[in-house]
Amino acid sequence: MKNIAPKLTAEQYAKNFSEIHRPFNKNGALQEANRCLFCYDSPCTKACPTHIDIPAFIKKIATGNLLGSAKTILNSNWIALTFAKACPVKVLCEGACVYNNENEKPIEIGRLQRYAIDAYFENGMPDIFERQPKKNKSVAVVGSGPAGLACSAELSLLGYDVTVFEASSVPGGLDTWGIAPYKTKREDSLKEVALVEKLGVKIKTDTLVGKDISTEKLLNSFDAVFLGIGLGESRDLNIPGENLKGVFSALNFIAKVKEEKWSNVDIGKRVVVIGAGNTAIDAATESVRLGAQEVSIVYRASKEKMRAYYFEVELAKKDGVRFYFNSIPKEILGNDFVEALKCVNSLSNDEFVIDVDTVIKAIGQNPKTDFILSIPGVELNANKLKVNPQTYQTGNEKVFAGGDAINGGKEVVNAAYDGKMAAHGIDKFLQK
Amino acid sequence: MVDLSINCGGIKSPNPFWLASGPPSNSAYQNCKAFELGWGGTVWKTIGAPVMNVCNRYGGLDADGQKLIGLNNIELISDRPIEVNFKEIAETKQLWPDRAVIVSLMVESKKETWHDIVKRTIDTGADGIELNYGCPHGMSERGMGAAVGQVPDYCKMITEWVMEVSTIPVLVKLTPNVTNINLPARAAKAAGASGLSLINTINSIIGVNLDTLEIQPSVAGKGSHGGYAGPAVKPIALHMISQLGIDKELGLPISGIGGIGNWKDAAEFILLGATSVQVCTAVMHYGFRIVEDMIDGLSNWMNSKGFSSLEDIRGKCLPQIDEFGNFNLLHKTVARINQEKCIHCNLCYIACDDGAHQCIDLIPSETGCKTVVRESDCVGCDLCSIVCPVEDCISMVRVDDNSKFKSWNQLVDEFKKNNAELTWEKLAEFQKAHGIVIH
Repeated sequence: MKNIAPKLTAEQYAKNFSEIHRPFNKNGALQEANRCLFCYDSPCTKACPTHIDIPAFIKKIATGNLLGSAKTILNSNWIALTFAKACPVKVLCEGACVYNNENEKPIEIGRLQRYAIDAYFENGMPDIFERQPKKNKSVAVVGSGPAGLACSAELSLLGYDVTVFEASSVPGGLDTWGIAPYKTKREDSLKEVALVEKLGVKIKTDTLVGKDISTEKLLNSFDAVFLGIGLGESRDLNIPGENLKGVFSALNFIAKVKEEKWSNVDIGKRVVVIGAGNTAIDAATESVRLGAQEVSIVYRASKEKMRAYYFEVELAKKDGVRFYFNSIPKEILGNDFVEALKCVNSLSNDEFVIDVDTVIKAIGQNPKTDFILSIPGVELNANKLKVNPQTYQTGNEKVFAGGDAINGGKEVVNAAYDGKMAAHGIDKFLQK
Repeated sequence: MVDLSINCGGIKSPNPFWLASGPPSNSAYQNCKAFELGWGGTVWKTIGAPVMNVCNRYGGLDADGQKLIGLNNIELISDRPIEVNFKEIAETKQLWPDRAVIVSLMVESKKETWHDIVKRTIDTGADGIELNYGCPHGMSERGMGAAVGQVPDYCKMITEWVMEVSTIPVLVKLTPNVTNINLPARAAKAAGASGLSLINTINSIIGVNLDTLEIQPSVAGKGSHGGYAGPAVKPIALHMISQLGIDKELGLPISGIGGIGNWKDAAEFILLGATSVQVCTAVMHYGFRIVEDMIDGLSNWMNSKGFSSLEDIRGKCLPQIDEFGNFNLLHKTVARINQEKCIHCNLCYIACDDGAHQCIDLIPSETGCKTVVRESDCVGCDLCSIVCPVEDCISMVRVDDNSKFKSWNQLVDEFKKNNAELTWEKLAEFQKAHGIVIH
């Protein structure tokens, strides 16, 4: 990469990547918890993809029953700390809060959840869960992201022996590597991993299923298999110049930033992110926070069609990110290194060139097609792993799946819900 | 401009706001500071018998995140030397001639002792005396405070001793720890008291610390009942002053006390018969500065209502107080929910369904759920509108035409006249005749 942005001081990095949502102190949490109306049949609970009984856990914070509060949360959602910090609450629970109907500030549900879950972890993760007797059956879970972890935890309580196979050396999947550091820290995800391990789940890291252990062996050694494999490689732009130095995928970049060795991550002075989903926004804002001086987002369609949430777009704008809409990348220019991006405006057909040192691709990921199709009976449908929506069972009766692999890429909270529900699908299958 | 000045049994002050006898009125420093900020009077913290205090003295009650809705204390009367108190009272009165300085007194039940302290109090130039027959802790065990207020005969006897020598107005401060507040009040009247102050604090244990299992407040591991005050006691005080307000045998001015923290509380006390109002807990929580809004808010409210002096509102609501047997059984209200204002918290539904009379339905609609009152079943209890968090969303609407009146007492009388018994069956006939369905 040429024109690498000057490195910042450790203090500047720490400030740039500090949490954007601060934790509550006790008084703040009590006041906010008491502001909750304790609605009956509450819309926040309905809006939560994991259907946490939100008024119940908030009421427990108000009465000082923090352990009970954490139990209410974890009973619905095993990835509770990550989601407390990273869930798009403004369009989910907090967006549904009845206070919005009165044009009043909704309850800060995410921060309250964090308050209860932080206390649970600080308290040493006491065992507060009801377990079913051992069933002497085993399940293999592929992937330790939100779907895999949620499925494992639930299966463990249902009485199964669970082994998770994780390709990376650090477990947690997207929760560990894919969420902007100013939202969650790696340790947050690793605490959740530790909780699942404490429930009795074994996690084998550095084990890529299909390479280090064959799929066949998994199917033979376990009574059922859950695939929480997420998505595969980032999509290519398929334009000239894509192989120039200084062009890379958003996910790799975000994972590198997440290592929190900020000064080791090179970023150009001028950055263009291609795409306008939430990942693109993360890549753009993280570029700014690493010290890039001019950061732009190039998107082929209109402002209205952006997939990123409005509050994420606001965050990028506050960081000074510039948006090019209706702009289709045509060619990345340069000799050895990236020098410019040539685009065409889809409305006027005018060509224009942005001088740039780094191009980050954030136009989505492909499914892990080869791996998926290597499993007998498992199929893809419109790039999504096909499952029965009630049971999460694939075309192979022993194989279940959930998360991004089956939905093409949604929120991590949807993945956690899938994982949990799939555990019950597996339980029903194995109880037959 | 409204006139807020009052005359409470001969004690005059430019506004009705007095510091109640308690920690905030303990010293010249505090009372003078309060006067500077606008307080109309003070009841100097009780002086009298020798005492020593302990710590901790206070316990606070919080509710749903709201600090100090109640405060209890085991503090005794002033523990400063009595000479210091007399000197400071005299100095304060000299500095603030237009404010009311009332001195609260409590000594052992000996005529000579009472005569002595009353005379010495008059010598300070104070405007009045308040007899503390109310303290429910520490002093009552020594035969003072509530031990006097709970026995009308003692009340009368000591008040008579005081009246024998007093040349200034005397208010008798009553304890609410009695079954009938009118009896000690009448005793004070019979002895010639100029007015009544109430309520003193209520016997209480404020709570238990669930970490240490110590009763609060804890005096090195020991606990006891204390005197309960603050916002939570206001309804009890309002009831008691109104009971005295409607007592035809009394006719004494009342200084209202109990949970007053703002002008609205004060207005309610005055509407139920108080002449002056006394404040303690709210000052202990927020300081003397709260009097500014008390004066300002009360004046603005009176202006908006067209009242020009406190005479216009004093006791204005007392005529409404009646016994249950005289209420109209045929008066009918039902709850109506303004669907446009409803925010769909469904609290009215669950309150009615679990806690009242099951007459609100939760009906699925395009916005989620709609709460709908089944008016034919609504008993008009008002619970739904009380729990509703949205202002003016649920209203209780009168649905009878105001043409019929029948009270329980009338009903009973009619049956008596006809030598009949008012049985469940007869009652059902009456209800049926008037379209009243009980379910």
